[in-house]
Amino acid sequence: MHPPTLAVWKFTSCDGCQLTLLDCEDELLALAGAVRIARFTEASSAVSPGPYDVSLVEGSITTPEEAERIREVRAQSKVLVVIGACATAGGIQALRNFADVEEFRSIVYASPQHIETLATSTPISAHVAVDYELRGCPIDRGQLLEVLSAFLVGRKPDLPNASVCTECKRRGLTCVMVADGTPCLGPVTHAGCGALCPAYRRGCFGCFGPVDQPNITALTAQLRVCGLSEDAIDRAFRTFNDFRQGVGT
Amino acid sequence: MSHRARQLRVSALARVEGEGALNVVVGDGGVERTELRIYEPPRFFEALLRGRAHTEPPDITARICGICPVAYQLSACHAIEDACGVTVPEPVEALRRLLYCGEWISSHALHVYLLHAPDFLGHPDAITMAADHRDAVERGLALKKAGNAVLAAVGGRPIHPVNVRVGGFYRAPTRADLAPLTAQLRAALDIALATVRWVAGFDFPDLELDHELLAVHEDDRYAITRGRLVSSGGSDFPVSEFSSHVAEHQVPHSTALHATLDGRRYLTGPLARYTLNHAQLSPLALRAAAEAGLGPSCRNPFRSIVVRAVELVYAVDEALRLLSSYEPPEPSFVEVPARPGVGHGVTEAPRGLLYHRYAIGADGLITAAVIVPPTSQNQAAIEADLHALVSANLALPDEELTPLCERAIRNYDPCISCSAHFLDLTRSRA
Repeated sequence: MHPPTLAVWKFTSCDGCQLTLLDCEDELLALAGAVRIARFTEASSAVSPGPYDVSLVEGSITTPEEAERIREVRAQSKVLVVIGACATAGGIQALRNFADVEEFRSIVYASPQHIETLATSTPISAHVAVDYELRGCPIDRGQLLEVLSAFLVGRKPDLPNASVCTECKRRGLTCVMVADGTPCLGPVTHAGCGALCPAYRRGCFGCFGPVDQPNITALTAQLRVCGLSEDAIDRAFRTFNDFRQGVGT
Repeated sequence: MSHRARQLRVSALARVEGEGALNVVVGDGGVERTELRIYEPPRFFEALLRGRAHTEPPDITARICGICPVAYQLSACHAIEDACGVTVPEPVEALRRLLYCGEWISSHALHVYLLHAPDFLGHPDAITMAADHRDAVERGLALKKAGNAVLAAVGGRPIHPVNVRVGGFYRAPTRADLAPLTAQLRAALDIALATVRWVAGFDFPDLELDHELLAVHEDDRYAITRGRLVSSGGSDFPVSEFSSHVAEHQVPHSTALHATLDGRRYLTGPLARYTLNHAQLSPLALRAAAEAGLGPSCRNPFRSIVVRAVELVYAVDEALRLLSSYEPPEPSFVEVPARPGVGHGVTEAPRGLLYHRYAIGADGLITAAVIVPPTSQNQAAIEADLHALVSANLALPDEELTPLCERAIRNYDPCISCSAHFLDLTRSRA
């Protein structure tokens, strides 16, 4: 029996999520024995043609070429897993969605006519069907290994669908918002990081994106109690993920 | 006149970060044009930083690069602290240097073992290479893991660490938190020394470059986190004068801007650092360099893998030194109240110097941001190398010349801003 094939794809992104695969130092060679890495441009100059059993897709869609290419990737992939905030939510570059991209282009480039870009940065799911989503900016290494292990044995991956608060409590950390008055997005942010920021006495800044049904209204009131201005609250909810998308405030 | 056009296509410029292509045009008179074409979609960081709080650039700019986020975080911190007239205490600076050593170890180990060594040993990647060189690949992974352990212990996680803030750290790790690193780094030091011996034995194509070299410099230590700028052409200036010496201009074939130093092409990164700063290396790193046959300068870009290996020795050695004298900074950060003004910051990212400038308005929000990453500074030098390399090897058949061009690009560990996917080498002969 042939081992299943794995492909890694990049769209608009920083490479950090696909780097997570290479950061599995203890597992990488074993993984490369269990699957055949058929396409992973950051790591290999060898490319095998599709179709592929699993594709990991990093990055958001920001150019007309990418909007075309993601369809080809989907067509060649049995299972498509999107990895990271760019792929699942548009990423930091989705901040352009609230601005005038023409102005952005002229701020950065002297001759903006050479720069081809879309007005928006959109998640992969806005373009094609997606089988699994791994949240985070960047993704968690343990979650990546869980998805790949689950695939190899044919079960559903066990991914938490709770808030950072639950992980924080489980670690026995003191609540930074209650104890220190530090603004924290933990109550509305998807679990997966292990409550990393509160462990460093820092408020969560939401890099794993919103949980299902986030209670933005309640948290907004609490952020005001912490002393944040309305503008600062707007910035907090709109950085690596847009917490208010589809929720209303 | 005969017209024979040759076109070489390589579907992917692999083992680099960034989306780029390459055009080489050869005419009757030799190489007419070499263009490293960068297609990486623009992400407009400098524009989207406008209107953000002065505390936000470390987290936001980290997202420019998943491989060197600490470089972005610390260049940003320095620039904002400069704008606000704050200098962090030495213990905070030492902890920053330890964190940065972690990034150098992780990034250089990645490049040396997983991205670059396969070129010298004739493999498409490290996984295939492991079939013949399993010990070497395992060494590389262990070294990379040690760097990541430093990043995780100090920064919270290796990619986009969470513990860095303007003014210092959210929480200083305790001595107990860092204690396990010492044994891991001692083992890593042996690996780093073995790495220098290993790569020194590779075969290096001949190429001598004459680019001006630019690096951050400190008189008393190998500059990583701060310093003034010095060049092989005799330039010597503080970071506040960066923009009066370095100009960026747009070229039509790239989404990265090209930079020049006082109007001249220049190079940053390991070759520049080693040539300008080797006197500040630790005795152990200097000895390793000498044993590897490196003289007082290194101007063959193919030998950059040896310089990276020497820098690995230095970074591990320096991390151990910082750990041995570590006392948690108390407090872990200094307050940096916003004030209107402009600030500059520069650090040595693994692949070259990284400059940030921010203007802060009266409301404490960013009004302007300029980021000059290493690869845009190196782009012109890379193109010049390709020109020299193709000119000297016109007799080679396409199937040998094209991989050589790819290797010439990989010598610089380019971070074309994160993942590159194809190289189109177009070589037409009239």
